[in-house]
Amino acid sequence: MSTMHSRAAAGFLKDGSHAQWHDDTLWMVRQKRDRMSRRLPEWEHLRDAACALKMYSNSHLPELLAQFEHNATANGAVVHWARDAREYRETVLKILRDHGAHLFIKSKSMLAEECGLNPYLEENGIETVESDLGERIVQLMHVKPSHIVLPAVHIRRQEIGRLFEKEMGTEQGNCDPTYLTHAARKNLREIFKKADAAMTGANFAVASTGEMVVCTNEGNADIGTSLHKLQITAFGLDKIVPDLRSLGVFTRLLARSGTGQPITSYTTHYARPQEGGEFHIIIVDNGRSDILAKKGHEKALNCLRCGACMNTCPVYRRSGGYSYTYFIPGPIGINLGMLRDPEKYSDNVSACSLCMSCSNVCPAKVDLGEQIYLWRQDLDSLGKADKIKKAVSGALNTVMKRPAVFNTALKLAPMVNHAPRPLVYAKINTWGSGREMPRFATRSFNSLWKKGEVK
Amino acid sequence: MGSREEIFEKLRANTAATYDYPDLGPLESEALTYSDRAAAFCESLTEAGGRAVTAPAGTASEDLAAFVAQTLSVEYPGVRSVVTAPGVDLSGLLPEEVKLSAVGDFQSPEALDGSDVAVVRARFGVAENGAVWIDDFGKYRALLFIAEALVIVLDRNEIVDNMHQAYVRNELQAPRSFGTFISGPSKTADIEQALVFGAHGARSVTVVLV
Repeated sequence: MSTMHSRAAAGFLKDGSHAQWHDDTLWMVRQKRDRMSRRLPEWEHLRDAACALKMYSNSHLPELLAQFEHNATANGAVVHWARDAREYRETVLKILRDHGAHLFIKSKSMLAEECGLNPYLEENGIETVESDLGERIVQLMHVKPSHIVLPAVHIRRQEIGRLFEKEMGTEQGNCDPTYLTHAARKNLREIFKKADAAMTGANFAVASTGEMVVCTNEGNADIGTSLHKLQITAFGLDKIVPDLRSLGVFTRLLARSGTGQPITSYTTHYARPQEGGEFHIIIVDNGRSDILAKKGHEKALNCLRCGACMNTCPVYRRSGGYSYTYFIPGPIGINLGMLRDPEKYSDNVSACSLCMSCSNVCPAKVDLGEQIYLWRQDLDSLGKADKIKKAVSGALNTVMKRPAVFNTALKLAPMVNHAPRPLVYAKINTWGSGREMPRFATRSFNSLWKKGEVK
Repeated sequence: MGSREEIFEKLRANTAATYDYPDLGPLESEALTYSDRAAAFCESLTEAGGRAVTAPAGTASEDLAAFVAQTLSVEYPGVRSVVTAPGVDLSGLLPEEVKLSAVGDFQSPEALDGSDVAVVRARFGVAENGAVWIDDFGKYRALLFIAEALVIVLDRNEIVDNMHQAYVRNELQAPRSFGTFISGPSKTADIEQALVFGAHGARSVTVVLV
């Protein structure tokens, strides 16, 4: 039984040169991250501090959120609460309708993606435009982001050139990244000016000041929210941080981990509405409070959404974001998908070699690989265990419990080395699918040991 | 029961173990510092795609505006419009053909679109990443993001080593409506990871250390 991930990955790998390019591109980002981390002798202590701060904040959510609400309200912002995706979508729509807004400019928000905001707003007559270049590309292509920080990382420049010819009237055949980026700048600048309201997600919500902190390289969040008097910012409640001092830790880790920069170009603190304007903040749960109670998985709430786990993951790099069935791919997506709905998203838990590289790069020390391992233990009870693997494991269990049978099997095993290929790689050997099997040693360790041949 | 109460109830019910606020002191005191913060700042800024220009030592304070104006002419030849933020006065220092205005002269933030260079002051800089902190801009903060180029005036004695020090500075403790760390020009690598400056914000950033 193959999983939806493995079938999609097989499709992705058919274009070998594209797959190699995708792998190389993400590995380059991972190497940039390494260079940044090695410049700071205190790097591991920073990760420890980020983890400890998240453990503190995620175990004091009611106090911190109440403090945030109090301070944000004192700043003049309007705070809304949304228990689920639907309430979040309806809240955004209501705010826009109350202000007669028709054209809405957004900066990148994984929360909006999670809650299906754009299609909902479009259905309700609000034209919604993404302003992050990568998000705009995938929006115009009518596809989903394939990475949480680099949404268009899977798309080649030629495709983007053709897209912009059609959408922005760029020169035919010109796919120079600088030319295309500046064409999008010009095109989006007009939309920025015409829009009625602007929205951002958030990287951090600071309890002690009631501020929203948004980190971007492009400055798109800043242009949108500075041109428009109506600003909406929504955040998943795990984005709360206690105070400014904790931001000293998080801002040092976020961009170094995600894109290999010491900091993003813009790290903006929004406290009050602009003069004569309104600032609406939506605090969203949508299942986050349930994660607190999932034993062994609580640390998933530590995630800063930096994308480092994707860049390092050998499976993600070689299978692409679309091979995963949850909208967030890679190690964190495997876990968040299982926390959302294990029945629906269990196909992704096999997309992991348990190399634990993700756990080692995560700036907030989410135990990503360890959690994936835990989910695999649950597959059988979910009725999602691979039937062939289960049968073979059962048979091996019988063999291993009986030394005589086991030793005989070991003696006979080298025969497999000479068996015809179709037999060895038959469907029942699910481990032989897509990889070469190792050769059995002619003599077992057991017999070598007994004869004193092991030094 | 409203959503707020429902969420709080679930959070309270589902919170198992509680953890204390960690002692950040040891980390903050071992964090990377620099023997020459101004030099480290310039290096970080250059790496972030920005340019650093340092006023000659001993420049009298009344000559600093002239130095900023001179830097502007050197770095941005052919500039047609310059917009200054409060605290920056370049009147009489730029060539006649340059249209000089103050951000307060504009009637809307959209009207700032098309400004060639914005000249603003930063409160302090951060050596480890070349960022500067700018806050309480009032009308119109859009200037920081919409101008084609940004010239930022920074006191070279106001540079901290790292973000730990930045976030405990007095400027950060004061209430504000808005504040931002800016490190170099706007950038993106969304097309095949090729680095391009000027995605949406300033295409170029020059910090003048005085």
